[in-house]
Amino acid sequence: MALLDVQIHALVAAPLLLPMMAGLLAALLPRWAAAISFAGALALAAAAALLVAAVALHGTLRTTFGDWPAPFGIEFVADPLGVAMVAVTALMAVVCLLFQRSGIDAAPESDVLHPLLQLLLAAVCGAFLTGDIFNLYVWFELMLVAAVGLLALGRRRDQLEGALKYFVLNALGTMLFLMAIGWLYARTGHLNFAALEAAAGGLAAAELGFFAAALCLGFLLKAGAFPLFAWLPAAYHTLPAPLLALFAGLLTKVGVYAVLRVLGDVFATAPDVMFEVLGWVAVATMVTGVLGAAFHWDMRRILAFHIVSQIGYMLLGIALDSAAGRTGTVFYIVHHIIVKANLFLVAALVAREVGSYDLRRAGGLWAKRPMLALFFAIPALSLVGIPPLSGFWAKFILVRESIVLEHWTWAAAMLLVGFLTLYSMMKIWFEAFWKPLPADLAPHDPGPRGPAFAAIAASALLAALTLVLGLLPEPFLDFAAAANAAMEAVP
Amino acid sequence: MSLLLALCIGLAIGVGIHLALSRDLLRVVIGISLIGSGANLTVLAASGFRFLAPPIVPGEATVLAAAADPLPQALVLTAIVIGFALVCLSIVLMLAVRAAAASDDIDALRASEPEDGSDGKPVVLKD
Repeated sequence: MALLDVQIHALVAAPLLLPMMAGLLAALLPRWAAAISFAGALALAAAAALLVAAVALHGTLRTTFGDWPAPFGIEFVADPLGVAMVAVTALMAVVCLLFQRSGIDAAPESDVLHPLLQLLLAAVCGAFLTGDIFNLYVWFELMLVAAVGLLALGRRRDQLEGALKYFVLNALGTMLFLMAIGWLYARTGHLNFAALEAAAGGLAAAELGFFAAALCLGFLLKAGAFPLFAWLPAAYHTLPAPLLALFAGLLTKVGVYAVLRVLGDVFATAPDVMFEVLGWVAVATMVTGVLGAAFHWDMRRILAFHIVSQIGYMLLGIALDSAAGRTGTVFYIVHHIIVKANLFLVAALVAREVGSYDLRRAGGLWAKRPMLALFFAIPALSLVGIPPLSGFWAKFILVRESIVLEHWTWAAAMLLVGFLTLYSMMKIWFEAFWKPLPADLAPHDPGPRGPAFAAIAASALLAALTLVLGLLPEPFLDFAAAANAAMEAVP
Repeated sequence: MSLLLALCIGLAIGVGIHLALSRDLLRVVIGISLIGSGANLTVLAASGFRFLAPPIVPGEATVLAAAADPLPQALVLTAIVIGFALVCLSIVLMLAVRAAAASDDIDALRASEPEDGSDGKPVVLKD
């Protein structure tokens, strides 16, 4: 049974409209903002699940708003890649708002918190579903405004400075993106992804390379790739835990998604040198990120640098320029969002027990909270890539494909960075869980045991998903392969 | 027309980069907004200026001939609105940072960076 136009319209629009409506209601009714926001996240999750089911059954869904047919109207395209990203966005929204309700290192409940958060979700979903490059720019700008608002929310000095650094570099990235759109339109007369893909056939290789490079430079800045990641470790650690998990999970991955969309789909015919350069950028990103993490003792900074290093893996999958590479990248993105958000949530639980994010002031948690140790071990080992957790399959596909394509250095870099990731995770393990609490530190009193249930449920949900992705990777890998097939298909 | 605009874009972005690399907070913010203006002009220049007649379809005609491309104008309008909002946001942020840090020197904004401890490691967090 084919879907009716109105059904497609509603399915594709829901992930944009639900967060916007929730944000608006939360702004109008600040007293119930937290409840409205949580209900909005649950509704978004339901809408995302329906959309995934619809795309799995019927294939890519396309719709335009305002009755202008594509390529003139602004098209929204729900292809398997886009809906997978929307689904994991909705999951992040539910988990982070659940954690926020526990009150552990929570964001201050100001009147603008939930409206901004929902605006951010709408912008992220919009970026994943749009089929129009100028529209993508608009969602990027919305995302930037909402993210800066959330970063500056606490009004502490370090938060404001972090927000400023985040703003300056990311604003430059979006401006570069806007200029690239101008050049692209001047040459091709198109903004629609499918129309651009068709027009790319008529461009000279040098032109194509130039356009792809200009677009990707802006996206790579947002993804936190070497050498443009300075904003990330400067800003992320100032965030409260639930927002930190949300940012760590989603924002850089929007940049990776955009690179994948440009180099894997729209301009997949770009000259080989583009992919070669991207591969070396990815290697530099992996290595600098993981070495940056080795220096730090603040758990949030360690994990923030690991975002950078893991971004390198995802970019490398795109750089391989093969079906398996892109499939691996899609799987890697989903795996990484779940695992990384969970690590930040567990770090907040550890900090609550010992009173600090600094590992030198932590210790003895293995004896005191063995369950927390298990909660840390699952995402940490998955990040390293230990079987049978989700990270193993993600890395296995990419390393295997690098070897098949005879990119020996890239494969070696991935394995080496895996070892260094293990070093960082072991550092957290030994310092926070294994060593006894330093004698010169008074045992920290976490205060009255608050409603930690919500926090544990949030972390447990993500840990369970990591296990499912690790033990039953088949359906997810099939979906990732379908995402790649939809990207490769010529419109 | 395109040449004139190209010179303007170059000037705006050049001055913008010069200001953005300055150590003064306000100059950085103005520099960013100037680079944004350069980007907006680039989008406007995308129409190519082959035709300069206003893109209005006369009553009985259905096809627009020999008129300017309206799409870059629509795009740049959107970009200007967003860019203006960003400039406002950045100025508010800049003022808040200046008040919190009691300084408008970029090099003084170290509160979100780790301090060096005596043992070569970052200093132990206090809270």
